[in-house]
Amino acid sequence: MPLSSRHLLGLHGVPKEDIQLILDTATTFREVLDRPIKKVPTLQGKTIVNLFFESSTRTRISFELAQKRLSADTINFAKSGSSTGKGETFKDTVKNIEAMKVDMIVVRHESAGVPQFLTRISDANIINAGDGRHEHPTQALLDLYSIREKLKKIDGLKVCIVGDIGHSRVALSNIYGLLTMGAKVSVCGPPTMIPRSIESLGVEVHHDIDRAIRENDVLNVLRIQLEREAGSSIPTLREYHKYFGITRERLQQNEDILILHPGPINRGVELSSEVADGPFQIILNQVTNGVAVRMAVLYLLGTL
Amino acid sequence: MQIILKGLKLIDPQVGLNDKNDLLIEDGVIRKIGELTKEDQSNAEIFEFDGMSCVPGLFDMHVHLREPGREDEETVLSGSNSAAAGGFTGIACMPNTNPAIDSAEVVQSIIEKSRRHLVDVYPIGAVTLGRKGESLAPIAELHEAGAVGYSDDGTAVKTASILRSALEYVKMFNSPIIEHCEDESLAGGAMNEGEVSTSLGLPPIASVAEDLIVMRDIMMAEYTGSKVHIAHISSKNAVQLVRDAKARGINVTAEVTPHHFTLTDESIKSYDTNYKMNPPLRTQEDVDAMIEGLQDGTIDCIASDHAPHSIEEKEMEFIYAPNGILGLETQFGLVLSELVHKGHLNYEQVVEKLAINPRKILNIAVPKIAVGEKANLTIFDPELIWTVDIKKFKSKSKNSPFDKRLLTGKPVSVINKSKMYFEDKFIEI
Ligand SMILES: [Zn+2]
Repeated sequence: MPLSSRHLLGLHGVPKEDIQLILDTATTFREVLDRPIKKVPTLQGKTIVNLFFESSTRTRISFELAQKRLSADTINFAKSGSSTGKGETFKDTVKNIEAMKVDMIVVRHESAGVPQFLTRISDANIINAGDGRHEHPTQALLDLYSIREKLKKIDGLKVCIVGDIGHSRVALSNIYGLLTMGAKVSVCGPPTMIPRSIESLGVEVHHDIDRAIRENDVLNVLRIQLEREAGSSIPTLREYHKYFGITRERLQQNEDILILHPGPINRGVELSSEVADGPFQIILNQVTNGVAVRMAVLYLLGTL
Repeated sequence: MQIILKGLKLIDPQVGLNDKNDLLIEDGVIRKIGELTKEDQSNAEIFEFDGMSCVPGLFDMHVHLREPGREDEETVLSGSNSAAAGGFTGIACMPNTNPAIDSAEVVQSIIEKSRRHLVDVYPIGAVTLGRKGESLAPIAELHEAGAVGYSDDGTAVKTASILRSALEYVKMFNSPIIEHCEDESLAGGAMNEGEVSTSLGLPPIASVAEDLIVMRDIMMAEYTGSKVHIAHISSKNAVQLVRDAKARGINVTAEVTPHHFTLTDESIKSYDTNYKMNPPLRTQEDVDAMIEGLQDGTIDCIASDHAPHSIEEKEMEFIYAPNGILGLETQFGLVLSELVHKGHLNYEQVVEKLAINPRKILNIAVPKIAVGEKANLTIFDPELIWTVDIKKFKSKSKNSPFDKRLLTGKPVSVINKSKMYFEDKFIEI
C-alpha cells in the first residue's frame, strides 16, 4: 500500500495509515543501518536536491546520509534567506534547479508555505525539512518513532509539548502527528510562547510544569532560542528555568516519564544538568533513527 | 453632439430617481429625462440599454497608481483605463509613490497626465515629508495644486503630535486626514492573528493593532474638531469604535474594501500571496461586522485599495511578498454580487457608498442625474453573470485573488467629461 500523497509538506491531514507505514518502513531501514553494509539500491538513478535557504547542518546531514544509504544522487544547494530585491528570485532558483531534472526536492526555508509554493512551480516530489514556524514533519516522525520504540505504542499516551510553541516548527507537526496517532496532547509554557487559539487544534493549554510532569507519559521539551527569547517573550533565561525548567526535584513527581529533547540541550535552561546526565528516560536527538525515518520517507515517495 | 441612452433604469437618491427613463445628452450635459420626441431622436446617436441601470458616476477614493516610481506596475493612464473598465468616473490616488506625493510638482504632474482622460484623478497628498512621520508636507501647496486629502497610507501617521498638527492645519481647507490604522509596534506580521495563523505557522498581526489607532484617531478628531477618515477598516472592534464615535458627533468617516466584506483568512490556507494584504483578511465575524457597518451607515463608503504589484513581486515566499491586490475592475461586480444580490444593501445605498459619500468626504462636487447637470454616469447590467478574467484587465498588473470568480452584475459603460467608454473604446460625445 503506497502513501496517499506524493509530497510530504507537513503532518497536517496526513492519514494514520500513512504515518503507520512510514514508521514501519523506518523500522526495516533501522535494521539495514545496523548491518555492516549499510546501503540499499532502492533509489539508484534518482536525483535529489537538498534546497536549504536557512542553515541547518543537522537536518541536512541526516537527509544526505539517508539519500546516500538509498543510493540516490544528491545535490546540495544552500542559499541565504530573503530573495527580495537583490539577485535571483526564489522562483528562478527553483526553475534553474528543475532544469537539472531532479526527482525530489528537500526544502528548508524561513517562510511558512514554501513547500506548498514549490508544488505549484515544480514537478518533483517535495519534502518539507522545516518551513518557518509552520511544520517540520520528519522531525515529528522521528519523535513518534522514538516514542513508539520506547513505549511500544502511541495510541492513548498523554504527551505534553513544553516551551516556545509559537516559534517552533516542531510543535505543530508533533501536535498533528500525535493527535492522528491517538495520543492526548497538551502544551505547556509561558503564555507569551503559546500562539493564539491553539486550543482549536485539539490540544489543552496550561502553564504549570509540575502538572505537566505529573499528568503525562511523555514530555517533548523544545529548545529555547537563546538569542530570540530573553527580554521579549520571557524576562530572563534564569526565570524561565525557575518556572519551566525540568529539574531532578520536579521529576521526582513522576520518575517513569519519558523526556524527548531535539538536542543540543541548553543546560540550566530547558533541562538542568543533572537531568541531562541523570538516570531518567531521556531521548536526545537519535541520529540513527533520524536517518532511518528519512530513508523511509524518501523511499516511499521516491518509489510511489 | 447628441446621444440618447434608451431603456435605462435611472437610480439617483439625490433627486429621488428610481425608474425607467430615456436620457438625452447634448455636448456632455443632460438635456432631457423621460419621454423623448421624434425630433429629439432625429439627430442623436442612439444607444439601446434595455434591462440596464444607470447611476451617478462611481468614485473610488483609495487607489494606488504606481506613477511616479513603478510605471511597470501601473501608470496614471493604465489605472484610469482600469477605473473606466470597472465602472468608475473618478478616483483618488494615494501618495505612497516614489517620490511620494509630497510636493506640488508631483500633484500637478498626476493631474496633468489625467487631464484629457474620461476618469477624474484626484491626488491625495502625503501628511508628512516622504511619509516619514517627522515633518509636515507642504499641505497648503499640495491643496492649491489640487490634492483633496492627506494620508501617510501604508502606515498610520507616526505620532499623535504630528497627527495633531496635521489635523489642525487641514482645517483651513476642511480636508480629511485619511488613516491607515495600524500600531507600528504591533505591525510586521503576514496575516491576521487567530486560529488560521496558528495552524499555518505564519507570523501574525493582531487585530488590536488596527483598533488602537482607530481609537487614537477618533480621540484626536474629537480633540481637534477636525476630520479623520479611516481607510480600509477591517476589524469588528474598529467598526464598533467608529459607530460609537459617530453617535457622539465626532467627525469620523470610514471606508471598507470589497475583499474585507467578501473573504476571510481561511483563503490563505493555500499560501497564495494574492490573499496577502494589509490590513489582512480577517474572520467571518469581522466580515459580518463590515456588512452590518455598511447597512447602518457606520461605514460611509466602499473603496478598493487597488494595489498593483508585478508578477515577479507577488510570486514569492509568503512572508516576503508585498501586501495588496487589484480592485478597480472587480469592485463593482463584488458589491452587486455580495451586497445587493444577497439583500444587504439596496441600489440607493450603493450609490451613496460608491458615488456620493466618497466625494463628500473629499469635498468634490457630486454629480446628479438631472437636467442641466454634466453627464457623469455609470451604466451597468445588474443581472449579467460573468467570470473575472485577469487576462482581460486594463490594469498593468494581474494580482487578483478574484480571478475566475463568478459574479452577478457588471459595469457596461461610463460617461464623463463629454466622453463615453463603451465596448472597450473611448468615444467623444
Ligand atoms: Zn493602507
